[in-house]
Amino acid sequence: MSKFAENMIRKDAWTGLMMGNHALVRAMLESGVMVVSAYPGSPTPEIAAAIEIIPEEQRPIHFEWATNEKVATETAFGASINGHLSVVFFKSVGLNVALDSAVQLSMLDCTGGIVVVIGDDPGANSSQNEQDNRHAGRMMMMPIFEPGSPSETYSMFMEAVELSKKLKLPVLFRMTTHVCHARELVEFGPIPEHDYDWTPRYHAEGLEYWPITTAVFPLKRKAFAKLAAVEKHALSSPANRVISPNGSEPVSGRRLGVITHSIPAYSVLECLDRSGSPIDVLKLGITFPLNPEQIVDFLNAHDEVFILEELDRILESEIKAIAFDNKVATKILVRPEVEHLMHEFVPQRVWDLFSGFWPECFEPQPARAEPAEEVSPRLAQMCPGCGHRSAFFAIRELIEEEFPETITVADIGCHSLGSMKPYEMGTVLLCMGHSNGTAGGLAIGNDKRKVVCFIGDSTFFHAGLPGIINNVLYDRNVTLVVLENYTTAMTGHQPHAATGEIGDKIKIPEVLEALGVKFLRSVDAYMQDKLKDHMRDAMNHEGFGVVIAKHPCMLKFIRDKRKRAAATKNAQSVNR
Amino acid sequence: MKNYNIFICGVGGQGIGLLSEVLIQSCLAAGYAVLGVDTHGLAQRGGIVVSHLRIGTRDKLFTPRITPGEADLIVGLERLEAYRGIVNYMREGGTCIYYDAEQQPIHVRMGKTEYPAISELEQAVAERQGKLERVFIEDLPDVRMQNTAVLGRIASFELVEGVTGDIIREQLLEISPAGARDANLRVFEQAMAART
Repeated sequence: MSKFAENMIRKDAWTGLMMGNHALVRAMLESGVMVVSAYPGSPTPEIAAAIEIIPEEQRPIHFEWATNEKVATETAFGASINGHLSVVFFKSVGLNVALDSAVQLSMLDCTGGIVVVIGDDPGANSSQNEQDNRHAGRMMMMPIFEPGSPSETYSMFMEAVELSKKLKLPVLFRMTTHVCHARELVEFGPIPEHDYDWTPRYHAEGLEYWPITTAVFPLKRKAFAKLAAVEKHALSSPANRVISPNGSEPVSGRRLGVITHSIPAYSVLECLDRSGSPIDVLKLGITFPLNPEQIVDFLNAHDEVFILEELDRILESEIKAIAFDNKVATKILVRPEVEHLMHEFVPQRVWDLFSGFWPECFEPQPARAEPAEEVSPRLAQMCPGCGHRSAFFAIRELIEEEFPETITVADIGCHSLGSMKPYEMGTVLLCMGHSNGTAGGLAIGNDKRKVVCFIGDSTFFHAGLPGIINNVLYDRNVTLVVLENYTTAMTGHQPHAATGEIGDKIKIPEVLEALGVKFLRSVDAYMQDKLKDHMRDAMNHEGFGVVIAKHPCMLKFIRDKRKRAAATKNAQSVNR
Repeated sequence: MKNYNIFICGVGGQGIGLLSEVLIQSCLAAGYAVLGVDTHGLAQRGGIVVSHLRIGTRDKLFTPRITPGEADLIVGLERLEAYRGIVNYMREGGTCIYYDAEQQPIHVRMGKTEYPAISELEQAVAERQGKLERVFIEDLPDVRMQNTAVLGRIASFELVEGVTGDIIREQLLEISPAGARDANLRVFEQAMAART
């Protein structure tokens, strides 16, 4: 067992350097989580890595990759109503996929407890948008916990679990990219003896798990009552605290305060350390529901309060409403520019923002001069040997020579990089699995331009199938290229339904045949002439056609080969 | 003490994770508090990989990311990325230690931009009154050991008081995979001795 795994499961308290994602896993083990389900997406896959590194026989957590985020949520929900503490995790936009089920959870008694962990991505470091899932938390009627560091990830997860178990309600645990990936020393507690009781304890008296029409209202009332309990809890929660690093005194006769959350709170503290100004900070760890008493007390204790949040104007709106209702006279300051509603709040940015309001505390600094040197950009690109490269090269050549004006539709995965130079294959992109639906729409009433769309193998199962079925059903004039590389490559080689690592392979050609795809060809992506022939035939075919361009992900192929070689070498040395 | 900021940069697959782990553990072993953060995302596909390390005392460390223009040390594993690191992150009077590997990005291959010459790095560092240390080993047994070579050179300077060469060596041996330990040690010593 690796040292990392040994530490992960050691029973006693210890302190170690941990990434936020890994601190979360230790918190899961300490709090007795039994079931974890997920779909891979940055910034969260390291959560799975830290679970899977623990040898199976010593791992109390049942972990599995689901087909998509919605199934993952349902899996965790099912386990929870059987009385088992469960967790589901995925990236920010994964919540869009999960939402249809996730939005129901707060009305139902999740008896074992359930924590929905999301990796939001302010700064769009590895996502197609910056969506602020604190909105979704409100719509889902789920309390929101927002840790700002690995240590807080650990302690706040334990608190979230306690609350979830006590109130039988789901909690939204909102991490962000640089919380997931930050590293610091974290002080862990011991792992208590959990009984890990697998008795299936699902029980329904009547319609309490059946929210349809009039049955919705009593359930919704129950959800509101649970939120009210969380609101009360927020007042005494250690996650919500006032910090006064430089003492609290008036500045030029005004008492100043800041209300903030997550990593931006640490940016504020860094600025206060540089400035030395006696400004108080209310750092909110539970950002929904807010406790009005807590907010009003803080507002009333100050003459001016700046609300510093990352992304949308959520705390701003709610705190202003609370101030209005309570006739608070405090001057409330907020971010003035649209630009402030984007990107992350690193310390320099906070300083510049504050200096516009409180120049006596944060002396305005000249903007750092843009460096004179020109440095070549470096875009991410497909790996040497990648089958997608070969496929894109051949398809681009065919399109240029024989089908000019073709519209190409991208999807999510490593192959999204085909949109960039030099291939420029796939120029419109929404989200996981959109390509077939979008291509279908582009084909309507269109007998002038060919439409080609791409999809990867993991996405094929994740959200690709409904769009494919639509294209089969309407026999759209669309050519689908399935770029099959036998793994979920972009996020670090997680298994999927067709890899054979989880259960028997669900083979993509057989699925397509069963769906009634009339034109179906399959070829290794390296066989460019053959691929071009198949593509030509598919594009000339009237109606929906599919070409599977397959080649193993070379990164995974080479790593697996090295591992096998090492294993053989070890076996030989033992035999001798 | 004032915080000491180390900005580590390179290209996906060069072993920045191990390099940053050795440095972070060395600083912890020397009794400092450390905050760090790595970039992941698309890094594996030949993109830029960056790791920020901030070293100091617990009460003076808040956020893990270094403000542009405030890195005391730039550690580069590739020439263009070292250049980018110097230009964006090096403070006045900072140091850059880099392995002179060359991985041309697509823009350079397509003739749209130029790959920097060593002299451009020298000039950028000179303009910042800094110091540039190039690491290159002719007969490196494995390209995956470029990170070890850079660690060896870092170890030859005691840039952070108390984070000695011995501590860095010890952490490298602790963290490197068993099969590569001896070879790593040789490269480490060679790079350490070749200090200019």
